[in-house]
Amino acid sequence: MSSRFVRTLRTPAGITVIAGVVIVLLATVFGPVLFGEAASARDIAGRQQGASLEHPFGTDELGRDLLARVIVATRISVLLTLGATGISVVGGVIVGIVAAVLPSFARRLVNALIDILLSFPWLLLALFFSVIWGTTATGAMLAVGFAGIPVFGRLVSTLASSVAGSDFVHAARILGSSPLRTAVRHVVPNILPPLLVNTASHASVTLLSFAALSFLGLGVQAPEYDWGRLLNEGARRIYVDPMAAIGPGIAIVLTGVVFSLLGALFSEKRSGRTLRALPRRSRAETRAIFTVPDTAPVVEAVDLRVSFRAEDGGVVERVHGVSLSVAPGEIVGIVGESGSGKSVTAMAIAGLLGPDSLVESDTLVFRGIDMTREPTSVEKRRLALEQAMIFQDPLSSLNPSLTVGRQLREVSEIHGRTGRAAALARAVEALTLVRIPDAARRLGQLPHEFSGGMRQRAMIAMGLMGSPRLIIADEPTTALDVTVQRQVLRALRDAQRSTGAAILLISHDIALVSGFCDRVIVMRHGRVVEELAADRLDEARHPYTRGLIACVPDMGTDRDEPLPVIDAGEPVPEQKEIVA
Amino acid sequence: MSELEFRQVSVRYGHGRSAHLAVDSADLVVRGGTTHGLVGESGSGKSTMARIAVGLTPVSGGSILLDGVDITDRAKEARLARRRVQMVFQDPFSALDPRMPIGASIAEGLLATGRSYSRLDREARVHALLDRVQIDPSRAGESPSAFSGGQRQRITIARALAAEPAVLIADEITSALDVSVQGVVLNLLRDLQQELDLTMLFISHNLAVVRYVSDEVSVMRAGRIVEHGETSTVLAHPTDPYTRELLRSVPVMGEPLELEDA
Repeated sequence: MSSRFVRTLRTPAGITVIAGVVIVLLATVFGPVLFGEAASARDIAGRQQGASLEHPFGTDELGRDLLARVIVATRISVLLTLGATGISVVGGVIVGIVAAVLPSFARRLVNALIDILLSFPWLLLALFFSVIWGTTATGAMLAVGFAGIPVFGRLVSTLASSVAGSDFVHAARILGSSPLRTAVRHVVPNILPPLLVNTASHASVTLLSFAALSFLGLGVQAPEYDWGRLLNEGARRIYVDPMAAIGPGIAIVLTGVVFSLLGALFSEKRSGRTLRALPRRSRAETRAIFTVPDTAPVVEAVDLRVSFRAEDGGVVERVHGVSLSVAPGEIVGIVGESGSGKSVTAMAIAGLLGPDSLVESDTLVFRGIDMTREPTSVEKRRLALEQAMIFQDPLSSLNPSLTVGRQLREVSEIHGRTGRAAALARAVEALTLVRIPDAARRLGQLPHEFSGGMRQRAMIAMGLMGSPRLIIADEPTTALDVTVQRQVLRALRDAQRSTGAAILLISHDIALVSGFCDRVIVMRHGRVVEELAADRLDEARHPYTRGLIACVPDMGTDRDEPLPVIDAGEPVPEQKEIVA
Repeated sequence: MSELEFRQVSVRYGHGRSAHLAVDSADLVVRGGTTHGLVGESGSGKSTMARIAVGLTPVSGGSILLDGVDITDRAKEARLARRRVQMVFQDPFSALDPRMPIGASIAEGLLATGRSYSRLDREARVHALLDRVQIDPSRAGESPSAFSGGQRQRITIARALAAEPAVLIADEITSALDVSVQGVVLNLLRDLQQELDLTMLFISHNLAVVRYVSDEVSVMRAGRIVEHGETSTVLAHPTDPYTRELLRSVPVMGEPLELEDA
């Protein structure tokens, strides 16, 4: 994290921000020392001059150099900003943490109070407070600072309550850690990064607030001056000498921008550059229409390699030359552990990998469509109808705000160009096939009204709305109970039987895959380790496959023996570095 | 050896018409020094049983006794007794504070013992615990992100052990892990249970795993314990229809899944 931050600082934006911060700091620390004299030296003869080389911002009514005054005013402006921001942040953290730690009734009360305060404009609060503390610089600082507390209180209490719900906070509580200790040791460190970002951008707003208050005469009082007051004085003759007002304005804007950029820098994530460059097609190619014989493999991949951009900007290959083919109607399982590349392989076959990935292969064909190239519109349509994808988490693959029926119909209405009534009838048919009772009524419901297993079966039904030739199911039952898993697999098999589609089932559970599939492909570290018929698992030759079979306890495992453990002695996958 | 007894416990979420009984007068005894498996589907209330035992969720009725002391109480005695019941969570990624070195996380477990440790003692204890769960003790200063899922789960086990628990509750501790890692964690847990004479409540939806580690097993459905007995008896001769359905749904290596209704 820290090394990444240092790297961020070296970017052009980082260097700009550092330079800005240094200039503001120098002006704050040394400004009054170096320019104090120039800023207070009166020169009645040269009063109210316009911008000149000698006085870039001009002079005021007592002939004092405005540039010097702007530089000198940096200290008071920045200090007041930092003071007020400090009050807002510290107060907000205290209020927010207290609100998160309190029992639920008191917490609701505090949150309601924060809500009420948030609904007032900050300026109103600041005016209210400046009545209490008087119209002095300190009074304004307290006013702006206190007016910011509800903002941070809300932020901190929201952040803290999400941290407070995590297991490590529960664990601390079970271990007898007091609420205060938990807040200090666990909650504060975990909300710090977003808090820093918000503090920096809040500082820039505070700076403007001060300028506004002083401009209105509610902030810094004469003979002291900050940028807001200088702006006020300059604004009176803005039509005569615009630089007198623009000068302090420049200082306010630049400092505000520096604070904002600092916040943006804290939140900076290295944006992934595009890795993929799909070759475009010629016109002739676009027009060509393939006819696909029904005996040809549905999927044919030869030497498939997939690389991703690594954190440090290099390129890491995650799938190293996988070859596989799926025959029409065949059920193939890919088994492997996390990081084995099984999901990435499936996603590459479906053409669903994002622009941060690089897919290379000798051949990667889905029913005559070359998946290494950008698909034509005809091909896109065919892909939409002939490929179905089922993911592990059905709640995130269904749109929560559209009815299940609408999402089912979409496939045939948009890609299949079927009428609404026909699509509806088809949707009822599909839901019935996956054994969801009362299909017509269920179609009008939203995804959250379905149970996990039913949502997964609805996803299968969605695949049935086209004319699927391949159903890719990526860990479709991992989040489900065994009894529900059985229903989902039954729906998947029914779908396969009624459409003749092939299935590519990705799972970490070798027992499940062997029980459901015709053929099993075992993957490890981005390579195919072994490929064998599901009913011949006992003939597995590779030690990893054998280990995988042995290490899973089943209903006949000897309970007095320790479980066999897979030897992790195999080399770590080599990382291919490509200079990008 | 301590005995943990759930006596007629109920947990109700919500109020009025939306109230929902997560646990419905459940009785369960985890005998001292044994492992008791608790199986059931999601929403059956099995995780709620874990949460009420460690005090994360209050009970609405009934009592939980640790060696005869009711730990659902608010009294000081009950609170101290409750710390002797510790829990290992399902997700090793959220169970460790990402901003705290793992050594400090484990040292947090020492809080529950109620004793004060000198800095050296604390380090020595963390060292010993890391060693016990087969993690290089010199890595105590590293943050959780430097460890794999299986290693993290072993670290959370070490944290629970630091509390010197009488009862350990394992809530789906291997369901987020790869199968090859699952074996390592299960072996470790079995060794620890025998070595420290721990009383353990092992919650899982995976029947085969529960069968492997448990002496006795209870099956939960819709908040009720529907079947209970010795592991081998229950699994060989299930009497409740739900248990039978559960057994039939478990995929068996190399055998086609039975997908038709019986």
